[in-house]
Amino acid sequence: MFLGRVIGNVWSTKKDENLVGAKFLIVRQIDLNMKDKENFVVAVDSVGAGEGEVVLVATGSSSRQTSFTKDKPVDAVIMAIVDKLDISLKEYIEEHRLS
Amino acid sequence: MFLGKVIGNVWATKKYEALNSFKLLFVQPINSENKELGEPIIAVDTVGAGPGEKIFYITASEAVIPLPVDMAPVDASIVGIVDTINLPVDR
Repeated sequence: MFLGRVIGNVWSTKKDENLVGAKFLIVRQIDLNMKDKENFVVAVDSVGAGEGEVVLVATGSSSRQTSFTKDKPVDAVIMAIVDKLDISLKEYIEEHRLS
Repeated sequence: MFLGKVIGNVWATKKYEALNSFKLLFVQPINSENKELGEPIIAVDTVGAGPGEKIFYITASEAVIPLPVDMAPVDASIVGIVDTINLPVDR
């Protein structure tokens, strides 16, 4: 899973019929300092995330393992909303200058 | 399976239902010489690992197999804690 921030959503009327009812969100990958990285994904929401929230995204075939996305053409799903990150290894924090 | 080092944990109250009660940990992938490889990932803990420990983890849809649930959107899970690594001397 990777960390990301929801930055918007996608509206689509004409799509695969299996995807009717899905909520698509645009997620920008972020690093451990909560800074934006370059990558974006469009992910199906399974937890009720909204714009601005930090979320975890599962990708690949694992993303079909929810009751809604089972056997559907999906390759990224939001599976948790992050409350807090806790990087507790001191040498890692120092080495990577995490704040 | 890949080697990694646990560097911290993630608090997430709102998760996909089947994942309630599972611990999510930050894992920095490493090689056999403890060098960091790439970016940290988040993995579900199935063995009781903690920050600072060297572990091995699995990725992709197999990551659901060690969890006691039928389906869960998990693409990485920790399946073992490493005690020692033995490598031939003349590598």
